[in-house]
Amino acid sequence: MNKPNIKLRDPSIVMKLSRLGSFHQSKLSFLRSFIREFKKWNYKRNLFDLDKNGYGTAVYSFEKNGRNYSLICFAQHIEPYERSDRVIATKWDAAFVLHDGLPTEEDIDRLRDNVPKQEIGRVSCKELTLSRANKSIRAFEHVVDSLSQGNQPNKDLLSKVGYLYRTTAVYGSGKFGLADRFRIKDRKEIYGPFRLEMMLVYLVRQFTFDQVNHIAKSKNPDKAITLDEDIARNLGIGNSTGLGMAPFLVNHPTLLHNWIYCREKALKDIRSIKDVKIDDFNLFKECFNKSKLSIDTWITDSQYQINKIKALKSDLSKFTQYLENECSIKINYLWNKIYVWNADNLGEECIEYIVSMMMEPYDKIIDPLINEMSSEEEKYFNIPTDRKVSDLKVILENNYKSIIKIDFKEKSNTANFWFISKNKEEPRVANRYEEHGSELEQPLAIARDTKLLYERLVKAKPTDTVAEFLFSNEDVRHVVRRAFIVEKFPYSEIQDNTIGTSLVPIDMLRLKLSFFGAVKFDPRSDKWLRINMYQGAPLPHEMKFSSDTWVYNSLH
Amino acid sequence: MQSFSEIDTTSKRASKAAGFAWGIAEEVGKNMRNLEMFGLPGVKNLNLYFQKIKENPTEKPKKIEKENKPQEKEFCPIHCGTIFLDNCKVLESLKTIKFKNVSYPLLFLPFISRASEIVGKKISVQYGENNFLLNFDKTIFFKNIKNNEVVSLAKEVSIEFLENSNSFSIQEWKELYKLSEKTFVEETESSKKVGAGAGLTDND
Repeated sequence: MNKPNIKLRDPSIVMKLSRLGSFHQSKLSFLRSFIREFKKWNYKRNLFDLDKNGYGTAVYSFEKNGRNYSLICFAQHIEPYERSDRVIATKWDAAFVLHDGLPTEEDIDRLRDNVPKQEIGRVSCKELTLSRANKSIRAFEHVVDSLSQGNQPNKDLLSKVGYLYRTTAVYGSGKFGLADRFRIKDRKEIYGPFRLEMMLVYLVRQFTFDQVNHIAKSKNPDKAITLDEDIARNLGIGNSTGLGMAPFLVNHPTLLHNWIYCREKALKDIRSIKDVKIDDFNLFKECFNKSKLSIDTWITDSQYQINKIKALKSDLSKFTQYLENECSIKINYLWNKIYVWNADNLGEECIEYIVSMMMEPYDKIIDPLINEMSSEEEKYFNIPTDRKVSDLKVILENNYKSIIKIDFKEKSNTANFWFISKNKEEPRVANRYEEHGSELEQPLAIARDTKLLYERLVKAKPTDTVAEFLFSNEDVRHVVRRAFIVEKFPYSEIQDNTIGTSLVPIDMLRLKLSFFGAVKFDPRSDKWLRINMYQGAPLPHEMKFSSDTWVYNSLH
Repeated sequence: MQSFSEIDTTSKRASKAAGFAWGIAEEVGKNMRNLEMFGLPGVKNLNLYFQKIKENPTEKPKKIEKENKPQEKEFCPIHCGTIFLDNCKVLESLKTIKFKNVSYPLLFLPFISRASEIVGKKISVQYGENNFLLNFDKTIFFKNIKNNEVVSLAKEVSIEFLENSNSFSIQEWKELYKLSEKTFVEETESSKKVGAGAGLTDND
């Protein structure tokens, strides 16, 4: 068989929101790459000073070659009526901060006065990431009660919930006075994006296990037992994710490109393998078969997601038959054959599911890509204003093909607007024609503004420089900058209208969360969803010897 | 202490609220981050400037020439800066450029600093007693600047593109080079025979 002509997939296909909203965790995901990197570090519980009710302070750290990262946990009592997962809540069961180095007592006192207060508290450039979390009361209390009575908790109940705590946002990069990324970006252990956010969540997970064991023991010192490690391993950390993540993707175009590009490069390289080795094919099949079991325990009340899961199950069944009957390592370019068949026969959710699975055997392809997933965004900020108007017009015609065809005079195409809420400075989306505030719209209507830019360019003098054009068109400057970025970074732009009636904001959230490595997406509306992180991950003392395919061991 | 990321975001939003387009507000956010990182009082100046233009709007230059004078009001440092940045490769040929009556001239500075990087030349800026040397947007050397003193109006801002030149004499260079030669080793006949291109005629 001749070598097939395998190219990177076209951004006009990949960058559609429905496609991005069908992405799944993969070997590129940040929580998996975090464990691969930090399994070589030394884990320690440095401080565990909780009272009998589990309130107090704990410190956990990772150390290597004299460098330490420490999670400081503050657990407190809150009344049931005060418990809300919303980012706008003012109190949480626990608050966490990741500190650069080992904290002194003064550091801990300073942070105790600030971290639980969230927005009104301030941290310093010695702190790297910050989060807050609430207990899943039904799971947490059940586990404490069971353990204190000398029994292990009910696995069925735990499998329905999947975690003991749910975090809200995990903050980094300068928020609340946290360290700016430039201070730490050259450290090799954090080359992958969001690595310190992933570390925070991982250590929080361990805190939740230590806390339930401690409370159970305090409650009934004679009878209490500790949580079985097999059960603990199957618990992750929940997360409620709202619209805050969506603008992030629009505001960090080169970063978005790098994430998607690495995924696409991995797919292209895998499809280009002529002779697939038996071990690699078997590992793919093993991961695929294990992962399928998780679909049955993917529980959601969201009809949108139920329909997607139903279609996924049906497609997986079709693919299983195809895999068994028509796929063999004797076939040259087997992965390409599989991909092409999938693209012709399956829906987006299943196509992307299999793409994730295809990466599993290929450390040599994936590992070098992990370090390419961050971005030096500053480098691409300046607009090359000496370029010509004609150049800019061609860039738009090549990179926003479907966008410049949208008719924004149609009300349905401008139905929504994005704004920042006054009370908590969080992004929100609202109906432009029914709600107030659209005059304070954020610059996230990229499709509409790009179309406006295109209309102006059509009328402008082609030989003018971009500087001359911008002099009298400063209102479209933000999209001119983006156009020159997309010229270099073709996966930097979502190829959809983010203000139309058909917008499903959770597609944007799901894209980002899949890169985090989240599983069991559970939309609670079209604007927020719950997920689980680190379910099945090795416990800290098991990290050193853990396999990277841990994610498939206990998804079910 | 505020992080640079917070300074960038808040300056950007404030600029939009003060009436600038989002694309220009993005420039201001980046500029405030740079000024504060270089140790210059960007946030203080920006805040005062936005308070001022609520009552006294400023003027955008129609284009930039060797000598620039506002028609009625003071020049807006943000618009002056944006146009300067966008046209810096053309403006470089003017060598020196003067602007009369620039409001809060410190806010003009980070645009010129970025232009210094784009054209690959150091740029000196002077207004009143204040002197700045802008080094390819990597550093800003300044003298006579005090953090608690704000210049709300510069009668003249003078900008000069500096030609790239050595800061030392040829003699000084030769002396240093001679010293560096002491790290070299005399080549043997055998090593001469195996160097790149050895044994060939180059007239083939």
